[in-house]
Amino acid sequence: MSLLELDNVTLAFGGVKAVDRVSFAVEEGEVFALVGPNGAGKSTIFNLISRFYSPQEGDIRFDGHSILDLAPEDIADLGIARTFQNVELFEQATVLQNLLVGRHRHRRTRLWQDILFTPFVRREEVRHRIAVEKVIEFLELEPYREKYIQGLPYGVRKMVEMGRALAMEPRLILLDEPASGLSVEETQDIAFWIEDMRKLMGITVVMVEHDMNLVRDVSDRVLALADGRVLAVGTPREVQTDPRVIEAYLGPEEDVA
Amino acid sequence: MRIVFKTSHDADIRLWKHGAQLFWYLLLLAAAVALPLLLDDFMLGEATNVLVWAIAGMGLMLLVGHAGQASLGHAAWLALGAYADTLLQTRAGLPFLMSLPLAAVISGLVAALVTLPIMRLHGIYLAIATLALSVLTEDIIILAEPWTGGVSGLFAPDIEIFGINFNRYTNPDGLYWLVLAITVLITLGYANLLRAPTGRAFVAVRDSEISARAMGVHVARTKTLAFALSAAVTAVAGALMGHMAGVFNNETFNIVISIYLLMMIVIGGLGSIHGAFLGALVIGFLPQAIALLRSALAGALGIGSITIPGLETAIFGAILVAFLLFEPRGIYGRWIVIRTWFELFPFYRRDMFRRQRSYLKTERMR
Repeated sequence: MSLLELDNVTLAFGGVKAVDRVSFAVEEGEVFALVGPNGAGKSTIFNLISRFYSPQEGDIRFDGHSILDLAPEDIADLGIARTFQNVELFEQATVLQNLLVGRHRHRRTRLWQDILFTPFVRREEVRHRIAVEKVIEFLELEPYREKYIQGLPYGVRKMVEMGRALAMEPRLILLDEPASGLSVEETQDIAFWIEDMRKLMGITVVMVEHDMNLVRDVSDRVLALADGRVLAVGTPREVQTDPRVIEAYLGPEEDVA
Repeated sequence: MRIVFKTSHDADIRLWKHGAQLFWYLLLLAAAVALPLLLDDFMLGEATNVLVWAIAGMGLMLLVGHAGQASLGHAAWLALGAYADTLLQTRAGLPFLMSLPLAAVISGLVAALVTLPIMRLHGIYLAIATLALSVLTEDIIILAEPWTGGVSGLFAPDIEIFGINFNRYTNPDGLYWLVLAITVLITLGYANLLRAPTGRAFVAVRDSEISARAMGVHVARTKTLAFALSAAVTAVAGALMGHMAGVFNNETFNIVISIYLLMMIVIGGLGSIHGAFLGALVIGFLPQAIALLRSALAGALGIGSITIPGLETAIFGAILVAFLLFEPRGIYGRWIVIRTWFELFPFYRRDMFRRQRSYLKTERMR
C-alpha cells in the first residue's frame, strides 16, 4: 500500500482546470518530486493534499484512508507537514517559538493546566523543547534560536520553515520549492538534509522544485506536470529525456528550429 | 549588555530571564504592596482604579495583542461582568468570592456563543461587529429593566469577604490589596498561558492563520477560546468597577469606554502584558495630570479656572494619534529601544528596530 495516493483528482477554478485527472502514488520512504513549468498545478496539488482546496472529482488517500472528509487542521494530526512557497512564518515570534508551534499536534496539556502551569505542563514543555533542539541542531539554526523572524534573511527563514515542519515529527513532508531563492551552497545543504530526513528520520518527502540539479540529486521518482495534466512519471533521467516533458519546457520542435 | 547562558530548558521556561529581572519584579511587587503606607486615600483610590483598568487591559490585550482579533466592543464584557456580579450577590445571595468567578465564567460562555457567528470575520469587519455588540449591550440593559434597573441603574453592594467589608471609603487599603491580589493572580495566569501551547496557538493564529492550520491549530476554536478568556478577564474588571462606582447604569459602560480600552493597550504597547499596565497608568493618571496642568495654567494666567468641555477626550485622542504616527509599538516598545540603547552603548544603531517590509505572503485563501 502506498503512503499517499492521488486518484483521478480534478480541480477547476471556473473554466480553468488547475489539476486535471491527476493520479500518482508515493511510496513510504521515497523522495518524490513534482516538476513542471509555472502554472502547471504543482502548488495546487500541495494545497489539495493540505485540504485547503477540495477536488471536484477523485480521491486523495493517506495510508489507505481517504482524507477528503478531514478539515485542514486535521491533516497535521495524520503526520503530514508542509512548507509554503513564499514562507509563511509567525513573524512576531522567535525562531524557537515558531518551531514549538510545530509541536502543536503532540500537545497533551489542557487549558486549565496551561493557565496554572502545572508540573505536567513543565515536563511537557521540556519534552517539546528537547525535540525542537534536535531540529535546531540538525538544521544548524543555533545562532538564530532567540531571534524574531522579522529581520531574518530569506535563506534562514526557509530553514526555519523546514524546521517547523520537522518539529512536527511527520511521516510525510511536503516541501514547496525548498531551494528557491537560495544560493548554490544553501541548495547543496538542502540536498543533504533531504537525504538525512529520509535516511535518519524515516520521513517520506514530496517536493515541488524547479532546480533540476537538486531534483536529480535527491529524488527517487519525478512527476512532470503541465497545464494540470501528468506528462510523465519515472526516475529523474527518464523524465528529463521524455519528449513530452522537453516539449512542455522548450516548446514544440518546429519552434526551436 | 547581559548575556544569559542557558544551561537547562528550565532557564527558557521560567517567567524571568535572569536573577536580576526576578529581583526587579519582586521589588515592584513589594512597592505595590507597600503603596497604602505611602499614599493618601485619594491617590490610593486612583491607584486601585489603575489596577482595575490594567485587568481590563489584560483582557483586551489577550484578544487584540496576542490572538490578533480586533474588538471595539469590550465595554460589553465590562457591563456583563458588573451586572452579573451584582445580580448574583443581590438576587442569588452569593458571596463575592463566588459571584466574581461566576460572573467571569458567564461572560466567557456568552462571549463564546456570540463569537460563533462573527468568528469568520476579519479586521475591520470584526471591529464593526464587535462595535455593534457594544451598542446592543446598552439597549439590552434598558430592555431588561426588571433585572438591570434600566436607566436608573443598579446599586452594587460593598465587597464582603468572611465578614470583612471592603468599602471604597471606609477600607481603601483593604480594597487596594484585594484588587492587587486579583491583578497579580490574573497576570500570573496570563504569563503562564503565553509560555504554554495555548498562548503559542494564539500567536500562531495572529501571525498566519494559514500556517497555523497547517500545524494543526484549530483556528476557529482558538479564536473562540481567545474571545472567551478575554471576555472573562474583562468581566472581572467590570465587576470591580461596579463595586467601586457603587451605582452603574446603561451609560457607565458605553462605547467611549470600549475605545478608551483599545487606546489604552495601543498606547501601552500591543502584544505584551507590560503594555496593559503602562496603558492603564496613562489612562488612570492622565485626568489628574490634565487637572493639575489646568489649575497651574489658571494660576499662571491669573484667572479663576479654565473649563473647556471635551478637553480630556481631545488630549486622549491627540496622544493616540501621536503614538500611532511616531511609536506604533507603544510605551513598552519605546522602553525596549531605550534599554537596548543603554545596554549597547555606544554601539546602538539607528535602524536596529526599524520595521522591515515583510516578504510576499502566500495567497490567504479567505
